[in-house]
Amino acid sequence: MGQLDLSPLRRASSWQVAEFVFWLLPIVAYFLFPKSLALLSQIAIMALFALSLDLILGYAGIVSLGHAAFFGLGAYAAGLLAKYGCGEPLPGLLAAALFAGAAGFVSSFLVLRGTDLTRLMVTLGVSMMLYEAANKLTDFTGGIDGLQGVAMKPVLGHFNFDLYSKTAYWYSLAVLFVMFWLARRLVHSPFGLSLRGIKQNVKRMPAIGAPVHGRLVLIYTIGAAYAGVAGALLTQTTQFVSLDVMSFSRSAELLLILVLGGAGTLYGALIGTVVFMVAHYFLSDFNPQYWQFWLGAALVLIVLFARDGIMGMILRLSASVAKKP
Amino acid sequence: MTVIFDGLAAGMLLFLISVGLSVTMGLMNFVNLAHGAFAMLGGYTCAVLLSRFAVPFLLAAPLAAATTAIAGVILERVLYRRLYAASHLDQILFSIGLIFMAISMAHYFFGAGQQPIVLPDFLRGQINLPGLDIGVYRLFLIAVGLCLAFGLQWMVSRTSFGAKLRAAVDNPRVARGLGINVDRIFTLTFALGSALAGLGGALGIEMLGLDPGFPIKYIVYFLIVVAVGGSGNIKGSLIASLLLGVLDVAGKYYLPQAGAFVIYAVMVVMLIVKPQGLFGRTAAK
Repeated sequence: MGQLDLSPLRRASSWQVAEFVFWLLPIVAYFLFPKSLALLSQIAIMALFALSLDLILGYAGIVSLGHAAFFGLGAYAAGLLAKYGCGEPLPGLLAAALFAGAAGFVSSFLVLRGTDLTRLMVTLGVSMMLYEAANKLTDFTGGIDGLQGVAMKPVLGHFNFDLYSKTAYWYSLAVLFVMFWLARRLVHSPFGLSLRGIKQNVKRMPAIGAPVHGRLVLIYTIGAAYAGVAGALLTQTTQFVSLDVMSFSRSAELLLILVLGGAGTLYGALIGTVVFMVAHYFLSDFNPQYWQFWLGAALVLIVLFARDGIMGMILRLSASVAKKP
Repeated sequence: MTVIFDGLAAGMLLFLISVGLSVTMGLMNFVNLAHGAFAMLGGYTCAVLLSRFAVPFLLAAPLAAATTAIAGVILERVLYRRLYAASHLDQILFSIGLIFMAISMAHYFFGAGQQPIVLPDFLRGQINLPGLDIGVYRLFLIAVGLCLAFGLQWMVSRTSFGAKLRAAVDNPRVARGLGINVDRIFTLTFALGSALAGLGGALGIEMLGLDPGFPIKYIVYFLIVVAVGGSGNIKGSLIASLLLGVLDVAGKYYLPQAGAFVIYAVMVVMLIVKPQGLFGRTAAK
């Protein structure tokens, strides 16, 4: 009986050169595009949001059409906190994470019942309920006018949010990196591997001793908390919360970002966001009304022809390069 | 009483549109979120026929249904068919893509505004009974809805096409083995579903309005009907639509602050208590 070679699995969690290069890019971007830092910080925030969906959809296979709900909850939590007293950014993030996470925990019991289709409609229904609630509670959330009067204190008591979004950019990027690092640890842990197992074969996992329901509740909670942090970041960097943080189209866009990049790989979420946001920026400059058309066309094409997204293409390409000596 | 009557009419309209979705989603097992886009196509066709070509309303609505059916067949042949075997997630993404495209195109061709239509005289006005005001158009909707409901039920359960369809859905391989042309059955069914959507869209302009946001604005309602009624179940869809229509109108009438909240809450609770829907077939697979 030969010894089972586990070293590829151990190596899988160590950092590779390409990853270091990837994380140098945002630093380079800071010096290359000093005028579009606002856009760049938006990209970082969306990337974090995409990461949160990737955890629950890409890794655990839970289909969600209402992930924007948690993004919105985090955004409102951070906004209200800053409006009524505590404008410290980092405690704000923590509070948003806890709040959205708690909501995720509670709703996970609703979502995890039933099949894909039921999940889809329950997530959609829950997010629409929250949207309606935010719309109607005008005293609290400002309704359709948005939440105004969000006053932020400097980050770590030192760095003020400036007009050129310098602080916003570094702050979002730092939070993204920390959260990414945590997510990376998470998906390479035994817990992360068991999630993949659940995605591939739900019935078999209990047989090897993995409590499916508990694991899914946990990852759904974590995903919600991640989305909450992303929402809070958006609030803190723009100092405003608009109602559309919870809208259906935000959830749908997020799905597109994820499939564009390639679900089930952390870098897929990041790359998808970058491509999407840059395309959005240029196309909506080009003709703002009809950019949705290209969005839709892209979605249709991806589903038909490139199911594993950009990341899938990159991986296939590098695999075929590696094969040729 | 009037509230209940209006609710019934709204529910009937909802039934007209969502029964098509119930057919594609329940019978063909395809999550077609773009169903509202077909309804919108029907609506615009009807509006254009009425305003630019002065076609009589009773002719324009069936024409709208026919146009939508043709569009449905083309899309089914070219695109949908490739995704029958795909996962639900893929189908959802694909149909969301179609929704986005449809919305932009409606924007491009018709602008962002509401499309006004003028109903013929005999469908306007009210009949006043003691304690009850009946809008003639609403009465008309209820009549059309009932006819269609019975017609469809009869078609699925009694005709040979219905039998073939059920066979093709339950087990395509065996159905093929029996010499049933499954592809054609699916195309026809899809056309039927689209036609119903188109008809519903055309008849619904008066009550629901018609603007490019239509497919997203009402998709939740259609989904609720299918979810509550149990997919693929015509009787279930009918009852669910009527219930939903009455609840929605009553909610807007008595509790305007709550808005659409009531409906979503009903849907979520419903799905949790009875994931198969009120009248769902127990899972076939």
